[in-house]
Amino acid sequence: MPFEPIILWTDALVYLLVTVIGVFVWHVRRSEHLLVPWRRVGHSASGMAALTILTFFMVIGLLDTVHMRPAVTNNAATEKAYSIEVLSLLDVIAAPLRTRVEKTYSAPFAAHLYAKETVELPDGGQAREFPRLKFGGAHLEDPEAQLIGDVIWRAARGGALGLFLWCLIVASLSVSLARRGRQTFLSALAGIWRGATDVPWNAICITLALMLLLSGAALALCGDYHIFGTDKVGQDVFYLSLKSIRTGLVIGTLTTLMMLPFALLLGITAGYFQGWVDDVIQYLYTTLSSIPSVLLIAAAVLMMQVYMETHPELFDTIAARADLRLLFLCIILGVTSWTGLCRLLRGETLKLREMEYIQAAHAFGVSHWRIISRHILPNVMHIVLITTVMDFSGLVLAEAVLSYVGVGVDPSMISFGTMINAARLEMAREPMVWWALLAAFSFMFALVLSANLFADAVQNAFDPRMRIAPAKVRILRRRGAKQSKAESAESLSGTGN
Amino acid sequence: MLNYIIRRILYAIPILIGVNLITFTLFFVVNTPDDMARMQLGIKRVTPDAIAKWKQERGYDKPLMFNGSEKGIAKFTRTIFFEKSAAMFAFHFGQADDGRDIGREIKTRMMPSLAIALPVFVLGLGVYIVAALIMVFFRATYVDFVGVVLCVALMSISSLFYIIGGQFLISKLWHLVPISGYGEGLNATKFLVLPVIVGVISAAGSNTRWYRTIFLEEMGKDYVRTARAKGLPESIVLFRHVLNNAMIPILTGAVVVIPLLFLGSLLAESFFGIPGLGSYTIDAINSQDFAVVRAMVFLGSLLYIFGLILTDISYTLVDPRIRLQ
Repeated sequence: MPFEPIILWTDALVYLLVTVIGVFVWHVRRSEHLLVPWRRVGHSASGMAALTILTFFMVIGLLDTVHMRPAVTNNAATEKAYSIEVLSLLDVIAAPLRTRVEKTYSAPFAAHLYAKETVELPDGGQAREFPRLKFGGAHLEDPEAQLIGDVIWRAARGGALGLFLWCLIVASLSVSLARRGRQTFLSALAGIWRGATDVPWNAICITLALMLLLSGAALALCGDYHIFGTDKVGQDVFYLSLKSIRTGLVIGTLTTLMMLPFALLLGITAGYFQGWVDDVIQYLYTTLSSIPSVLLIAAAVLMMQVYMETHPELFDTIAARADLRLLFLCIILGVTSWTGLCRLLRGETLKLREMEYIQAAHAFGVSHWRIISRHILPNVMHIVLITTVMDFSGLVLAEAVLSYVGVGVDPSMISFGTMINAARLEMAREPMVWWALLAAFSFMFALVLSANLFADAVQNAFDPRMRIAPAKVRILRRRGAKQSKAESAESLSGTGN
Repeated sequence: MLNYIIRRILYAIPILIGVNLITFTLFFVVNTPDDMARMQLGIKRVTPDAIAKWKQERGYDKPLMFNGSEKGIAKFTRTIFFEKSAAMFAFHFGQADDGRDIGREIKTRMMPSLAIALPVFVLGLGVYIVAALIMVFFRATYVDFVGVVLCVALMSISSLFYIIGGQFLISKLWHLVPISGYGEGLNATKFLVLPVIVGVISAAGSNTRWYRTIFLEEMGKDYVRTARAKGLPESIVLFRHVLNNAMIPILTGAVVVIPLLFLGSLLAESFFGIPGLGSYTIDAINSQDFAVVRAMVFLGSLLYIFGLILTDISYTLVDPRIRLQ
């Protein structure tokens, strides 16, 4: 085999998470009553547009999760040796981006380095000038004259390819809609165009068009240019941004995965059994939550650093070390953040256990464990879900801050935090290096904004307090749209009541 | 009332003991002082003598919980737990790695922290409430819609970018105020303008949106309908009735953070070079000064618990229906 598959700790947990989500989706699809709130999410235009963007991020994150170690020698006769460098599928696909390292800073779409160097002239003299980049725009003979035209031409070609792909997708969507709704292809297409469908396909299609256009252009350009420039050691910033996505997603999702067992177990037990169990658990979470979270995280991460320094046998490669640190960070964030959800779950369980159907179950002699798992757990799941999606964006933002404070991910791990941290000092440079910050900002903003919008849609669909509220804001409502559109307009404007 | 406050303060003691135990476990049990010494002195090539010296300098050369070699009460007092952890109840924070007394440092650094955190808090509260009121007044119009979109967008930007952007725009591009630094007395004003503006803007999204939700929730109540039925104009309903009633949930969120203002902000202080407690903490984290981090954790929880008590008291002040017993 030319490579050896590697499953790092967080990879395993991401696979677990994907499996859990898969099982959950399969379970929801089978039961109509669970499907109803999800349909409401599906009818929210902003939510679905956000989900479309999130899907792009998730695909990149998942590609970056499949890790392997390439073989150093392909000679079958010699003993197999694997490189100690751990690569992901994304690294392999984006190999040109990863390996085309310049000397130092270069601006986006530049053909020259950002710093002057002394170069030898053909006639033997020396001159200070901006040398050509080794890779960025290296195919151009005369960058001054050709660069702009070449960039536009390539971007247009890539964008056109993206749009072509988009047309195919929209066409196949119309075909399937037409088949399901027993209408003609054209009327289905017109329905999408006017936004007369239940699911806001037009919002999804517009977002998709935008994303495909951008990624098509980016893909066409990134092979021959550094579209977001290069950083201090000459690494392509676009590649760094792509790699940061996984770190953000892992922190946002795995932290919740770590926190859920604590919150569910303790919250429901406290609310259900009451008495001294409740007192102990309440004391526990009051104590934990009274420590300012940044300080608690900082203290825990400091201690983790000491632990990892004194136990180097836990990891064999740099990637494994960075990965273990990421996992520890998720665990620490999880342990420090379960208190909020625990409190909510306790309150809800207190309410639920007085309900008549639970009383009836008691009277029938159903065991505690069965009551909790059959009657209480499914009825608090909406709280868990809302908290999970609401926390996600906050965690992605927290990662950047923690990395700045010095208690975030391993410095060797590419993340938005480490990117910003490195780029921060470059702002003071004269002339200024701004592109690394811009790249980190735009990727992070897109990720967090879409996560926020999706979380709003989920909250509007699942929170019973939001449902009974009359739809007051209908400014986005289209005349031709069905009644259900009012709800999506409401969620777009984020109206709670 | 007094009874209640005393009871609340007594109730805070077991929580503080819990916090103390957590920090003790975190700093001395998860990793022994030997581990910390090795980490600080370098992992390789460290002699046992150097470790012993490091521990002795910091007073970590005693047993954790129980000292068998001493007599009587000293069996418990001559331990790391008593000298390092329990002593914090008496505000004996010990020495930082650079030999300075942490308690003194905290006292001198409190004021600069407060000088930036307090204006951010007061100004922020005012701005967010006004913005939320405007959005609620023009609810179900494009003003409201644009406001909410703006809030969500503001929420989605990392606070690091606000600081970097503010420094770049106001200080570097427009040269209005210095990028960072701090002065004594009124001199400090010019250094404080930028951090305060950035602080207010960076928290604007989530807070305005939250206050808007609170106001909207109040708008659905019966007394609002009654007020409208009496023929009161919408502005009076909003500013006199709804605002007053919405102050209760707003106060819960706001009063609890007042004591924490002393701790300052980690990010803003280190970016703007303000010698407050926030930058002190960051420096301690970066130089792995465990004693300072321990002290800050304890101080932070103490202030938070104090904030909770203040919140309860403030309830009685704004809501005559609530009587504390």
